[in-house]
Amino acid sequence: MACQGLQGGETVASLKRESESLRKKLEEERKKLSDIELNQVAEKIEVLGPLSIKTRRVLKGHGNKVLCMDWCKDKRRLVSSSQDGKVIVWDAFTLNKEHGVALPCTWVMACAYAPSGCAVACGGLDNKCSVFPLSLDKNENLSAKKKSVAMHTNYVSGCTFTSSDMQILTSSGDGTCALWDVESGQLLQSFHGHTADVLSLDLAPSETGNTFVSGGCDKKANIWDMRSGQNIQSFESHESDINCVKYYPSGDAFASASDDATCRFYDLRADREVAVYQKDSVIFGASTVDFSLSGRLLFAGYNDYTINVWDVLKGTRASILFGHENRVSRVRVSPDGTALCSASWDNTLRVSWAAYL
Amino acid sequence: MEEVIARMQDDKNGIPIRTVKSFLTKIPSVFSGSEIVQWMIKNLDIEDQVEALHLGTLMAAHGYFFPISDHVLTLKDDGTFYRFQTPYFWPSNCWEPENTDYAVYLCKRTMQNKARLELADYEAESLARLQRAFARKWEFIFMQAEAQAKVDKKRDKIERKILDSQERAFWDVHRPVPGCVNTTEVDIKKSSRMKNPHKTRKSVYGLQNDIRTHSPTHTPAPEAKHVHVQIPVINTACFLCFSSKNSLLAYTEQYVEYDPFLTPSDPSNPWISDDATLWELEASKEPGQQRVKRWAFGIDEVLKDPVGREQFLKFLESEFSSENLRFWLAVQELKKRPIREVPTRVQEIWQEFLAPGAPSAINVDSKSYDKTTQNVKDPGRYAFEDAQEHIYKLMKSDSYSRFIRSSAYQELLQAKKKVKNTCRLKVYLVELPKLAIPVKPKNMSNKMAPACRPYQLGADRVSITYYQNVLQVWIIN
Repeated sequence: MACQGLQGGETVASLKRESESLRKKLEEERKKLSDIELNQVAEKIEVLGPLSIKTRRVLKGHGNKVLCMDWCKDKRRLVSSSQDGKVIVWDAFTLNKEHGVALPCTWVMACAYAPSGCAVACGGLDNKCSVFPLSLDKNENLSAKKKSVAMHTNYVSGCTFTSSDMQILTSSGDGTCALWDVESGQLLQSFHGHTADVLSLDLAPSETGNTFVSGGCDKKANIWDMRSGQNIQSFESHESDINCVKYYPSGDAFASASDDATCRFYDLRADREVAVYQKDSVIFGASTVDFSLSGRLLFAGYNDYTINVWDVLKGTRASILFGHENRVSRVRVSPDGTALCSASWDNTLRVSWAAYL
Repeated sequence: MEEVIARMQDDKNGIPIRTVKSFLTKIPSVFSGSEIVQWMIKNLDIEDQVEALHLGTLMAAHGYFFPISDHVLTLKDDGTFYRFQTPYFWPSNCWEPENTDYAVYLCKRTMQNKARLELADYEAESLARLQRAFARKWEFIFMQAEAQAKVDKKRDKIERKILDSQERAFWDVHRPVPGCVNTTEVDIKKSSRMKNPHKTRKSVYGLQNDIRTHSPTHTPAPEAKHVHVQIPVINTACFLCFSSKNSLLAYTEQYVEYDPFLTPSDPSNPWISDDATLWELEASKEPGQQRVKRWAFGIDEVLKDPVGREQFLKFLESEFSSENLRFWLAVQELKKRPIREVPTRVQEIWQEFLAPGAPSAINVDSKSYDKTTQNVKDPGRYAFEDAQEHIYKLMKSDSYSRFIRSSAYQELLQAKKKVKNTCRLKVYLVELPKLAIPVKPKNMSNKMAPACRPYQLGADRVSITYYQNVLQVWIIN
């Protein structure tokens, strides 16, 4: 959003008041347009059968909390980053560690796998996002090949490659998101509008789309146009920090996870929240969400060490996964939907999948 | 969480607290593990015991209630006794107790003579470590511990028991048993915002300390200085809710069969069967039937899948209209290049597709054409955006639908499999001797190959054998 200087006669307080009244008006307009809830529309759909999800692979090797992970497009490799400063590339199918990099700054909060599978990006408390090419030669020191790409004025909370290895999108504690050219490190576009730390972002899964969603500590989830840098849509219905945002597979909706112990589902075309996933027994904040391939299931990781699996359309909980011994920091479904990986503060990553009876 | 605890402590609907008589002493103010579990299931909409235990254990680990005779803070669904923690010690007061406080506490414990209050191994280790660290201050610490022990002795015995256990539980949360999760650890992204002004760095016991141990926390990151006044964004698109919800439903229903969490995949999910055939098949050039079916869901599916793109291109080439798709692909590629290469690529694309007399001229509306001509003078990644959008719409409405109806696509969809040459049907008969067919040759033994007796059934040659009580019908075509 444009940030103009104060005009004559205006004060910060009066602008804030005006902004509040505009916001209220918007909400009223939105409510008028809204009709029945998603779960009512979904009544005609069959109830899900009993879901049996097994965890059969545990990736051990990090010396401290695992903060982030990302799958490779080959559906079996993944990269994970941890508070001990290590970034490890695993072949989760065989449990082999394929590459390991030790970073000078220990809190590595974000990591991403390049679409080609030939590089990984990571960033964190060093305020930077760096790209490492992955070589086949195991003996080669990967840290030497490090390329610093993004520079923020506060920690980097999330990063992702766009459709190619050449561009990275980052979100930061300085309240902005930015698009960078990997080769030159040039800032291609920056996105201003959040009034507090941005904790998460996700690219729209579309061949033609140029948008992404971000969520932050200002309780807002914003949709941005990558080309113009404009904030095209904004949603504010959470009662606390939004820790994670993720698009629905069709790109027409997204889900968010928040410290208020709920996950919410927003429809972009209807421009409002259409479902809230909450339960009396869920009182800990949700830190991460991801959809299954069809979008029917929503996997959400919580600070109570569990993963709740929600039926997106009916709004009910389909299953609950135990197993981690500390907070779940990240859940990600593999690119072909066959498996779910969860990273946790208990230093492990677990891979789970549906077992058919 | 505290709301739940408050409910638990409620006189009428909460958990009944009582004093239990055991051997020689009374155990004041306790409730049992199973009582907690029962209460949770009834009041918190929890379906099973596992979940209740998990939640309860977490609440214990955070320090809201604790087992009276164990350092490890978990909840068990049995007769083990638990006690509520006093609000003074609740985590919401944001305690960050210093090591000096811990030292005073451990020291005080050693002064108490009761056997059951002896230090555990890890506590003894911690005490030794602290003694070394605070060598100079030790006298002060010792005096504090003595003073507190004196005060404690004057208290009522029952009250003392309760307070002692609560104090012990507090330290179990902030100095957990080795191997237990430290629930006071905060996500660094949140703590560096320092939103909570009540963060208490004061001593638990009100000690004035000048030498403080450095807690192992980070240095706070500099706060953003400017004040953002968020102007609400007027959202441009606002479709009817009902139709968009239906489309979400439709999308999910369409893709359900492709979702390995809901439908078993074919071939099997590699994670389940340890067999990576599914991935190998996807990587191969031969698209499976399910994959081809997906291309019909929408043009994006064809464009997303490399094999789909190839097939679409082949089809368009056969119609002599491939330049549209090639242009679209070229522009997508352009957006993926490093910024350094962009100007050259823009020129190349312009020359190939749009310049007057271009070899693969595409048809764009005049408005987009003019805009593009302008953009090319100052080339950026989005130089061809308007033209690309126009071409995409064209492909979607025209070429794509023809592709899906084309015979080439339909053939791929049918995916005729090669038929095996021999097809064998095994027929097991129960009471063979009653069969009138004379099938057993004279010199046949169980180990020898069955003799064949060919018959002719229509066009197919059929042979029937009898072997080990099995009548086998062979159809050879």
